[in-house]
Amino acid sequence: MGRERALATAVMTTLDPKSRAASRGMSDIAIRNLFIIPTIVFLIVFNIFPLLYSLGYSFTDFRASSPAAANFVGLQNYRELLNDPFIWTNFAITAKYVIVSVVGQVIVGFGVALLLNRDIPFKGLITTLLLLPMMLSMAVVGLFWKLLYDPSFGIINYVLGLGRFEWLSNPDVALYAVAITDIWMWSPFVMLLSLAGLSAVPKHLYEAAAIDRAGTLYTFFRITLPLVAPILMIAIIFRTMEAFKTFDLAYIMTSQPTTEVISIRLYKMAFQEWQTGRSCALAYIVLIMVLAITNIYVKYLNKVKER
Amino acid sequence: MAHIQLKNITKKFGSHTALRNLNLDIGDGEFFVLLGETGAGKTTTLRIIAGLDKPTAGQVFIDGIDVADWGAAERDVALVLQQYSLYPRYTVRQNLEFPLKSKLRRVGDAEIAERVDRVAKTLRIDHLLERKTDRLSGGEMQRVSIGRAIVRKPRVFLMDEPLSALDAKLREALRTELKNIQMNLGQTFLFVTHDQIEAMSMGDKIGVLNHGNLVQTGTPSEIYNNPKNTFVARAVGSPPMNLVHGKLVSGRAVLDAVEQELPYAGKLGATVGDGRDVTFGIRPEDIVVDSGAPIAARVHDVENHGVEKILTLRVADTTLHATVSAQTKLAIDEDVRFSWNPEKVVVFDKATGKSLQHAA
Repeated sequence: MGRERALATAVMTTLDPKSRAASRGMSDIAIRNLFIIPTIVFLIVFNIFPLLYSLGYSFTDFRASSPAAANFVGLQNYRELLNDPFIWTNFAITAKYVIVSVVGQVIVGFGVALLLNRDIPFKGLITTLLLLPMMLSMAVVGLFWKLLYDPSFGIINYVLGLGRFEWLSNPDVALYAVAITDIWMWSPFVMLLSLAGLSAVPKHLYEAAAIDRAGTLYTFFRITLPLVAPILMIAIIFRTMEAFKTFDLAYIMTSQPTTEVISIRLYKMAFQEWQTGRSCALAYIVLIMVLAITNIYVKYLNKVKER
Repeated sequence: MAHIQLKNITKKFGSHTALRNLNLDIGDGEFFVLLGETGAGKTTTLRIIAGLDKPTAGQVFIDGIDVADWGAAERDVALVLQQYSLYPRYTVRQNLEFPLKSKLRRVGDAEIAERVDRVAKTLRIDHLLERKTDRLSGGEMQRVSIGRAIVRKPRVFLMDEPLSALDAKLREALRTELKNIQMNLGQTFLFVTHDQIEAMSMGDKIGVLNHGNLVQTGTPSEIYNNPKNTFVARAVGSPPMNLVHGKLVSGRAVLDAVEQELPYAGKLGATVGDGRDVTFGIRPEDIVVDSGAPIAARVHDVENHGVEKILTLRVADTTLHATVSAQTKLAIDEDVRFSWNPEKVVVFDKATGKSLQHAA
């Protein structure tokens, strides 16, 4: 009788959630907090706090290089920036860069994905190799493409037979040269997402289309493209955002005024001219623009998905 | 309209042989049903005719022309699959228009609209024309995919288990509808199914496939009444044909299980020696349950199907199915006596399972 009771107590103890947690030493909630809190602290210290702090600076004439205290100037920074034709030139350069590199990446990436979506030997190996550029550091890519573009010993001129063609020091070509590098580096990203989209198109749809006597192009535009469109849109959103705030490639490869995209202008304003307050304002203008463009894309993406 | 012939078709997938020396002849305007279990090679046959797969050996003729080098588009066939394969994100109308808008066939806009409307009316989907295909029920989707096949007026209709994914009521309705469509169009249909009821009710002719071999072709009644072997006997009919071992002794059938005899009046293709081991095949409806009958049995199970009752009879250590009218009152474990209709008995060789009633 006494033994039975002891057994019952033991069973009850193991079944009781409170005592079970107590035996482990920590509750589920405590463990959850342990994992989440460091991330939240990190986010607040390195992202949220600087974000809000710089918003404050954007309304002042603060210069990080001078000991003078910051004066509140209201919307003056924003007013001046938006009326500055040079800033608009930088935005125009950025827009050109975004369009060239994103369109290039979509054409190359989607095209390669279409080729890889067939039954070809060593498909997995080829796909992996094609993904390599994406995994390199931007700075490294910039440096060795600078060598590839070199007018006297670069391999690009040699292969294309262009003699001593100036790529990066020619103001008319430099931006496109940087965009080409960006296309080389990031087309694999578009390819990877497109490949995922393409392989999700059911094979029987293509068979049905073949039976229905639809031509290759017709099948592509009526079946493939509509079905891959949503995932392709996601790739385009990512690439547009990245291209819009591109800095490293352009900064490393060339220093032409025609390649001064908005983030280079921002960098110079903040760390060469030390106009800290003003550069914060510019950063906010860029942020709002990126958010606006992304929003337009997301709206369109939802439309594409609905269709 | 087309006459389809397959000659010595063999199809291998790696080391697996899906079809072995298949010969098939489908007449112009015929409703031909290929019946077989999963993996018997039905779909493969269909895909070879459609031009989606190439045979490892053998030839396909459409109207007497070898179509080996023709792609799916040139063969001008229509294919309806079990998984609907409607084009997503398009409306029903756009799906129906799809085959007509291809550049290979120039059809005027007015004619497209007219044809789509006519097909939609036939299949009773005219109220759905502007709806997106993902908002359709299974039955509606299958109607649309059948519609997409019909709208083109192809030479041959190929259907791969188009009704299997539907619920019973709808399956019955579409079965009659399809048969009507075929009769009205007068087109050649090749219909693939594992459902023997579909095969029996729709087919002008049935081909029974087993592991890549075509076992028997014939009209439904030939297949039903005179199966070529025990496989066909079991494949067609629900419940299937009863098979009991026994011997033929001086024109009478002696059943091994009870060592009792029953009359036999069938016609034999080959002479069967007295006392040879055979298997008797008898359809459930040809078993007569009657108190004056020679053989005793015990009722093992009674299944009421409304119009009739299906009895499972236990005779010594074998079971037999018998259908009796629904009015017959029988309880489980009741003792009964039965006989059979001597004209309907089919005799198979016990060892090979081949019917001895077919010419050798």
